[in-house]
Amino acid sequence: MRQFLLYISIILVGLLFISRLFYLQVYTSSEQSLFEDNAIRKVYDYPKRGFVYDRNGKLLVANQPSYDVMVIPREVKPLDTVEFCNLLKINKEKFKEIYQRAYRYSPRLPSVFIAQLSKEDYAVLQEKMRKFEGFYIQKRSLRHYQTTIGANVLGDIGEVNHAIIRKDPYYKMGDLIGKDGVEASYEDVLRGVKGIKFIQKDRFNRNIGPYKDGIYDTLPQPGKDITITIDADLQAYGERLMQNKRGGIIAIEPSSGEILAMISAPTYNPNQLVGRERSKNFSKLYTDTIAKPLFNRSLLAQYPPGSPFKVLNALIGLQERVVTPQERFSCRMGYYLGSRRLTGCHHHTSPLDMTNGIAQSCNAYFANVYRRIIEKYDSPKKGMDVWSDHVKSFGLGNYLGYDLKVGSKGRVPDGDFYDRWYGKGRWVSTYNISNAIGQGEVEATPIQLANMVAAIGNRGYFYTPHIIKSIENDTVDSKYTTPKFTSIDKENFEPIIQGMYDVYNKGTASFIRVPGIEICGKTGTAENFVKIDGVKTQLTDHSIFVAFAPKDNPKIALAVFVENGYWGSRFAGKIASLIIEKYIKGEITRTDLEDWILKHSLEHEYAKPYSGKPFKINGETTLQVIE
Amino acid sequence: MPRETHKYFKFDWITIILFLMLVGFGWLNIVSASHTEYTIDYFDFSQSYGKQLIFIFLTFGLIVLLLAIDAKFYERFSSIIYIISMLSLVGLFVFGKNVNGATSWYGIGGMTIQPSEFAKTATALAVAKYVSDLNTNIKTFKDQIKTFIIIGTPAVLVLLQNDTGSTIVYGAFFFVLYREGLPKIYLNIAVALILISVLSLKFGGIITSIIGASLIFGYYFLNRRKTSFVLTILAFIATVAISFSIKFFYNSVLQPHQKDRISLWLRLEKDPEKLQRMKQTFAYNLNESEKAISSGGLTGRGYLEGTRTTGKFVPEQHTDYIFSTVGEEWGFIGSSMVVILFVLLLLRILHLAELQKSQFSRIYGYSVASIIFIHFFINIGMVMGLIPTIGIPLPLFSYGGSGLWAFTILLFIFIKLDSNRINEW
Repeated sequence: MRQFLLYISIILVGLLFISRLFYLQVYTSSEQSLFEDNAIRKVYDYPKRGFVYDRNGKLLVANQPSYDVMVIPREVKPLDTVEFCNLLKINKEKFKEIYQRAYRYSPRLPSVFIAQLSKEDYAVLQEKMRKFEGFYIQKRSLRHYQTTIGANVLGDIGEVNHAIIRKDPYYKMGDLIGKDGVEASYEDVLRGVKGIKFIQKDRFNRNIGPYKDGIYDTLPQPGKDITITIDADLQAYGERLMQNKRGGIIAIEPSSGEILAMISAPTYNPNQLVGRERSKNFSKLYTDTIAKPLFNRSLLAQYPPGSPFKVLNALIGLQERVVTPQERFSCRMGYYLGSRRLTGCHHHTSPLDMTNGIAQSCNAYFANVYRRIIEKYDSPKKGMDVWSDHVKSFGLGNYLGYDLKVGSKGRVPDGDFYDRWYGKGRWVSTYNISNAIGQGEVEATPIQLANMVAAIGNRGYFYTPHIIKSIENDTVDSKYTTPKFTSIDKENFEPIIQGMYDVYNKGTASFIRVPGIEICGKTGTAENFVKIDGVKTQLTDHSIFVAFAPKDNPKIALAVFVENGYWGSRFAGKIASLIIEKYIKGEITRTDLEDWILKHSLEHEYAKPYSGKPFKINGETTLQVIE
Repeated sequence: MPRETHKYFKFDWITIILFLMLVGFGWLNIVSASHTEYTIDYFDFSQSYGKQLIFIFLTFGLIVLLLAIDAKFYERFSSIIYIISMLSLVGLFVFGKNVNGATSWYGIGGMTIQPSEFAKTATALAVAKYVSDLNTNIKTFKDQIKTFIIIGTPAVLVLLQNDTGSTIVYGAFFFVLYREGLPKIYLNIAVALILISVLSLKFGGIITSIIGASLIFGYYFLNRRKTSFVLTILAFIATVAISFSIKFFYNSVLQPHQKDRISLWLRLEKDPEKLQRMKQTFAYNLNESEKAISSGGLTGRGYLEGTRTTGKFVPEQHTDYIFSTVGEEWGFIGSSMVVILFVLLLLRILHLAELQKSQFSRIYGYSVASIIFIHFFINIGMVMGLIPTIGIPLPLFSYGGSGLWAFTILLFIFIKLDSNRINEW
């Protein structure tokens, strides 16, 4: 027995070792790729981020160098701190504080000593840098906006967060990524591909040379420049007109779906989100929950479309053959069901045919048309579904599919919607007659309305609106060059377009005609409500205007929303006509109209719901004038 | 028998091949652990791997010499070899050179020699000689004491030179003596001592006493006829006494670094902040070595591809921590192969030892197996965190001339003795 003790010990120890090895190397091992190996330092070489140009080739976004002073505490030799502090414009206490913080982080690793020096400070410092051992300057690249406009279009870049890093392993801690606007939409194109160097570290975290002589290293690929569809001058002009107002403007080129201007007011200067002040400014913008400058109203805000929606109902009426352009409907200052008035109307001649119904924006006319559409089929549900499909073919009620990150679906009700609301079969067309005039359950964003107008201007088709015009050495997604057809036949558009043309000639916008340009438009005035202390309170109506021009082969289609601007041609119509004139003529002939817009502010309207006092709306108020 | 047909076949070639495989593979890993440039000049003798190559070549000369000497020489001169070896250890107190806190080296020219490595062989010869003597009966207490003195002298000398690791190696002779008839009580006491110490440090004196009492009295009541009650009580008292005094021993006799190592091994420290500090200081080596082994995975990073090895993350990697290189670059498959090679070598030596007709050869062979086994167990166990850190090299594998030669001498004396066993009949 005795001779077996050592035999057994040897075999047991052998088995113990192999099981321990199995535990360490197979069971708990995370076989590492080079990227996860912390014995290998990964040094990234960041490529130049692509520039952004406007449609006329004007540079909007470039890059600027920024200089960080770095320190490796162990390598710092005694220095003339007074001179050094003067150069960096800090005092000695601050110097000590930063130095100690860097030392605590790591004596051997570089830390940022002073971030983002100005070019002037850098120039002075650079010459004397050799005197300060242990300090060096690291160049970084920041965005440089060549303009103060278009913050909501251009967007910004910021450091990636953990969620992004987890989702996309390309990004590492501290990398920059497009957060909004085209920076986010075209991130993959603009950023390029960073290069990487693998460096072997030793246990003191020092570099001891390239890993495997650099065979796995890659070179950076520079980002591509992009040209966007925005007309910078038009964008700037629109933003200027929208000062002291809230709302959104979208202008589209109907023949291509290119977005000419995308204005959201209030806005901010994109340079605010660059450099040392970025986080301070960002939280200032972010925490403004009343004006919401970061909220892109032209894409996100859902408003009741109001009267511009009437033209769609006219088109559907023609397509469904429930009305002819010549048929007249009478109006007795509203639409009556028996003796009950369902909608009111304003003063105009009566009865009206379709062209004049649009031009005068008669509520009763469209209530009649709407009822006929819904009641054409056996059940109101069927009629509602047909109506809904027609509306949706104009891109309403769902995401348009444009190349910007944010958006809203808007709302277009169908038969199921009212079945859920009232109960199956327990409703008829008069229950939702407000849809006839763009109130009620219908909601749309400015870009959806602009797109709808573009489709009307094109007589029945549209291109998905988009912001990208061209990418350096690359092609634009083909979905932006294929037309999408609406469910309305081409010949049905002419009477409607004539009506929209008459809006300017003899209708609700006749006083803001632009000499020499044939504009087709439609005013809108949308009632709106908020809850103040739990009480539903009506505010001054939204001023809405949609238009395209010229009448034939339109060059621009646009939708303008001005929150609480009252009737359609009061603010929105004027702004629309100025933008059209600016775009088509390149100059403004009606400077008095321009002055009027610039001088009038709606800030007092926006303050009302927060004032805590009872307030008057619509016709009972007076406009605020800026001196 | 083939062994009789030709004189070269009388050596046990299986052992020699295993020896060559371990030395060769060890050298490849030393290259990996010690190279600093990407292009490796294998004959760059300023580098550790180049020096080791010289040591290996010199070893072949040594082997020829060892095998050429008459087998009887080793038995006859064992006492003299032992005495010379002990004198060389004593001489260290006067002429010794201090490296890493241990005064275990003689500096001769540019070279250093560690006599304690050779003392193991000398002690093995002396023990074999003494115990195989016809007048010695290991079952008597007097002869046990004499044997312990032979083993204890070098053990105490190296302990005084602050080389605790080498002292523990002399524990290997326990296997030899046990095989030759040392009473069972020694085995029982040794196992009990280790168990009580570990349990009391980990769980405290009270719990250990309770466990001890239940085991001792349980044994007594099951074997009441054969067991003396007085002895049972004495065993119990001893258990309690050791349980409560081990803390004192731990705190006042052990040196701080030894305490740290035991504390780390038994996971005595609960404070996460102190644990973190441990990882950065004395536990650093172990931590890095475990990480390196672990990163090898199933098949390893490939030869010279280990990033932790290349980055020298594991200090002393080419000497005591050489196994972590195997782990990182050769993975589970390669590391298991090394373990299996050692196990095969040890089993082969044991098998040969049991075949010996002369008691001297058998005891010597047993000593060889035991000494290599203890090194193998402590070194690889330490590198993988199974036992507390004790700095001794991995035989035939680690960098170092003294170690390589000492193990070569140890092993090849046995191969020579084994080749001679037919002549002794």
